[in-house]
Amino acid sequence: MKFPLSWLREFVALPSNVTADQVADSLLRQGLEVESVSHLGEDLVGPVVVARVLTVEVLTEFKKPIRWVSVDAGEGEPRWMICGAENFAPGDLVVVVKPGAILPGGFAITARDTYGHTSNGMICSSKELGLGEDHSGIVVLPEGSANLGDDAIALLGLQDSVVDLAVTPDRGYALSMRGIAREVATAFSLEFKDPVSKYALSKIGASIKADISDTTGADRLVLSSVNGWNAAAHSPLWMQTRLTLCGMRPISLAVDVTNYVMLELGQPLHAFDAKKVHGTLRVRRAASGEKLETLDHVKRTLITEDLVIADDQGPLALAGTMGGLESEISDSTSSILLEAAHFIPAAVGRMSRRHKLSSEASRRLERGVDHNLPPAASARAIALLCEFGGGVHDSSIDVDNRTIQSPIIFDPQYASRLVGYSYSDESVESHLRSVGCEISKGEKWEITPPSWRPDLTISEDLVEEVARLEGYEKIPSVMLTQSSSRGLTAVQRARRNVGRTLAGHDFVEVLNYPFHGSEVLDSFGVGKDDSRRNLIALINPISEEEPFLRSTLLPGLFATLKRNLGRGAKQVALFEMGSLFFAEGFSQAPTIGVDKAPTSEELTALMGSIPRQPQSVAGVLAGARESEGWQGKSTPSSWSDAVAAARAVIESLGANVEVRSAEMAPWHPGRGATIYADGDLVGYAGEIHPRVLKNLELPARTSAFEIDLDRLGVARPVHAPIFSIQPPAIQDIALIVAETVATGEVVQALIAGGGPELERVDLFDRYTGEPIPDGSISLAFTLTFRAHDRTLTGDEVAMMRSAAVSEAISRCGATLRG
Amino acid sequence: MSAPNKSYDPVEVATLKVEYLQRVVADAIAAFIAARTGEDLKDARIAHAGDRSPLSLANREIGALPPAAKAEAGKRVAAARQEINQALADAQERVDVADEARVVQEERVDVTLPMRRRPVGARHPLTTLRERIADLFIGMGYEVAEGPELESEWFNFDALNIGVDHPARSTADTFYISPEGSGLVMRTHTSPVQARTMLTQQPPIYVICPGRTYRTDELDATHTPVFGQVEGLVIDRGVSMAHLKGTLDHFATSMFGEGIVTRLRPSFFPFTEPSAEVDLKCFRCKGADSTCRTCGGQGWIEWGGCGMVNPKVLVACGIDTSEFSGFAFGMGLERTLMFRHGVTDMRDIVEGDVRFTSAFGMEV
Repeated sequence: MKFPLSWLREFVALPSNVTADQVADSLLRQGLEVESVSHLGEDLVGPVVVARVLTVEVLTEFKKPIRWVSVDAGEGEPRWMICGAENFAPGDLVVVVKPGAILPGGFAITARDTYGHTSNGMICSSKELGLGEDHSGIVVLPEGSANLGDDAIALLGLQDSVVDLAVTPDRGYALSMRGIAREVATAFSLEFKDPVSKYALSKIGASIKADISDTTGADRLVLSSVNGWNAAAHSPLWMQTRLTLCGMRPISLAVDVTNYVMLELGQPLHAFDAKKVHGTLRVRRAASGEKLETLDHVKRTLITEDLVIADDQGPLALAGTMGGLESEISDSTSSILLEAAHFIPAAVGRMSRRHKLSSEASRRLERGVDHNLPPAASARAIALLCEFGGGVHDSSIDVDNRTIQSPIIFDPQYASRLVGYSYSDESVESHLRSVGCEISKGEKWEITPPSWRPDLTISEDLVEEVARLEGYEKIPSVMLTQSSSRGLTAVQRARRNVGRTLAGHDFVEVLNYPFHGSEVLDSFGVGKDDSRRNLIALINPISEEEPFLRSTLLPGLFATLKRNLGRGAKQVALFEMGSLFFAEGFSQAPTIGVDKAPTSEELTALMGSIPRQPQSVAGVLAGARESEGWQGKSTPSSWSDAVAAARAVIESLGANVEVRSAEMAPWHPGRGATIYADGDLVGYAGEIHPRVLKNLELPARTSAFEIDLDRLGVARPVHAPIFSIQPPAIQDIALIVAETVATGEVVQALIAGGGPELERVDLFDRYTGEPIPDGSISLAFTLTFRAHDRTLTGDEVAMMRSAAVSEAISRCGATLRG
Repeated sequence: MSAPNKSYDPVEVATLKVEYLQRVVADAIAAFIAARTGEDLKDARIAHAGDRSPLSLANREIGALPPAAKAEAGKRVAAARQEINQALADAQERVDVADEARVVQEERVDVTLPMRRRPVGARHPLTTLRERIADLFIGMGYEVAEGPELESEWFNFDALNIGVDHPARSTADTFYISPEGSGLVMRTHTSPVQARTMLTQQPPIYVICPGRTYRTDELDATHTPVFGQVEGLVIDRGVSMAHLKGTLDHFATSMFGEGIVTRLRPSFFPFTEPSAEVDLKCFRCKGADSTCRTCGGQGWIEWGGCGMVNPKVLVACGIDTSEFSGFAFGMGLERTLMFRHGVTDMRDIVEGDVRFTSAFGMEV
């Protein structure tokens, strides 16, 4: 809420040397967030005065119409000036700056010769005066609002400071001068006299009819009638000025008065044209399908949850949110019905959100308004309506269903314990009294919070009041540690390990949004029975094209890969670690209260209502793996880099890797692999299918891997190896096998046949061509044999080698070469 | 080899004469000194110390001498040999040094050549920031608690005293999971992890909860719909706001340097009471520069929120409020990264441009 310092001073006797910045600081310390402090007219220097336009002569010889104007500024003789604006006529009251004045922005006004005349001043627009952005025309003041020659700086509040507060949901009372003034008075230890005490509603009788039909929507409704209304009356200038400084637009006297009282006291009010209200005015829920055109000219269809103010013929207003167009005050209004109600916050909040309609009234009611206010606010508004609109207060009715909250039982020393700072009982009492609490002291204190603080319901709320008014800066800083931490869990350590491993393999980590469409799975060629099709949809996605939560990390990685390539990167290797989401393994969430902890059955049901969200890690590569350089030509990244990265991930946790060729979308059917860790299938790696790459406009040979981290598990315990210190025996062999035979299987056969003394099998060459028959390949291996207890003899080694080869022959159809 | 000739006068054997041997030694030394390389020296060694060298040939003549002359001649030859061998050893050492110097000179390379053929890998700074914070709190005796990003409304809202009518529950702020009424949302903060922890562990509880969270903001320079948070929760006997302040101060000092503490300002959150905003003393200007771009000249940087856990939350999460109290705090990871490292646009953190991430390497 914005407010001018000048208005605040009406409620609190602030010393004149207190600045708006000091006020803002004190509010900030007490927990009211200050958005900004602006100083209006800081550089404005008068004279700026009120004048009446006497004559207007239009000079036509120029490109645009220019007016030669005389005004009466109370100086005895006319003052002449040139003006370009056209929105005024002789007789109008305007604001004139005289030579010698300096307007906001440093514009010095001098008498000057222009358009063939000597202009002795300037007639001002709102913008020129620093009042707003409106440059369309000059300011025309309401008739009778000022005397000629009056200082317009004071009259229009051209020099003032405006503080803008951001009010948290619990402090609705701070959305009024009344509430702000109370906080400021407390901050400066000044006396605060509640303005509400001045206003009492009279003439309460039964000549008008009002009712609350739905007690869950409102607990108080005050309705008053004002007759003899002068529809032509204007709001006084000071009221318009204050509304403007508070960020509201002056509209008409009736509307301005309701807004002014709302700003002053915090009570939203609404004025109806009494002629348009038929029968009893009541607060009720809407009937399904009822229609209402609100003041913003939106025709709304209502549902049964909507809370309305209606008469016997239908809805007139959305309660506490916005009035209806039909019953609006107009030029022909002769009597007014003024409504001031206490609506239940939740009812207003729900409706205002449903209609996406947040008004000054709904913002206050949602946060909670003082339920004692409606009569006093009505009295205040009626007085203003009568004073400036010539009305007469006819009668009022007060429908009162308030429930009085029981006091809070409070241990005054609880504040010290909860905050960790020693507050005396006296300071606890004084702080609570300053916010308006009534205190009845016994062994425990009974605290009755004031009606304007519906947010104070439990002891902790009172502790906060004490702590903030004493000052949060008094809270000491005391270190607290615990001595029984077990450190990171095995799962957390495994994730760090995998991340470091991939970064060490030159992959760069990215964190993509976990959203994608189903089309991307189509372009991947993912089958309809694939679990990646078990997508979870968002009701309100950021983008309609990406309404699903990801079931694979690849779409996000491909998009980021493309972005990097588009920005000129030539070698890109990316990885991501994060959650996937599957519409699997959950049941409907149970409905559980919060007044006690859920039972173990309820807790199990709650935990079971969450869909499966496994952790996954994936990587993509494109472009050169090694760039061209003085060392040699560039090497393209390929399927083997993806498989190597997948292997590295699994080995980083000490698991045994096994790689088998496999067909899996979106991988290339001949260049894709399944990855096993200790025999469990954990992921896929290899080159992406060329058709997928074409669909996604990714470079040829783009490769990727994806591994289910939940299945991979945590680091395996390491048992220290027992290694031989005997000399190794090295044997090289070459085997010819069909090209379709996987090298991994040949290796497995050699290991199986070679026996326990076969320590290593290393592939050192692959050869096709003469003299190897077509369709076959020669694989050259180095076999390393070593025993634990002795140096192997030549005969032993020859036997072991022969056994290894035999196994490869029988399992893989190999022939020994040479 | 000559046959023994007992009739020879030893004086008559020219190659055993003193003058001759002196010349042989002088020739050898001169040849060794003249050798510049190992090759040169090898040739000189064969010529002057080899089997066919003058000295070796002279030595053979000793056998033909009469016994009386043998001893003296032998001595002469041995002395000459020793002289030659010494000179050879000296020369060998000299040419070895020279050879080595030449070889290493010839093998010289340009070590300033660019080496790197692959871009360097890196971890995302949000990840390493998360880990750094986790490590700090583990050092203070906390454990790292985690939970699902797709969460039940009960854990995300109800248990945290965010009633059904709270504005945060609207689809304008929260991602809801289809179908309508599923009771599932993308968690809007990591606080549901706190609720889960309280419901599944006995106090004392000291946990730090880093994680990914979601709100329906559009991506711009300061907002992202998917962001990281880190929250802390302590439930123990006699826990007070002073402990909260002490913990936050330690956190601030550890992350931003000596003298960088926090300031608490009263605020409102449904799940804490009393509540506070946490401001961080500006670690660049320490409040001394009214033109500081990090804090906008305010001296303080808004960092997060905190407070004493609302008893309504404790009750819903099964904590005995007569025995235990607790505090909680939370910060945005992106925001922390932005002001700690001068990131000016949120999109740099989100978009995955490798140039951004690579700059951070493996640690923040």
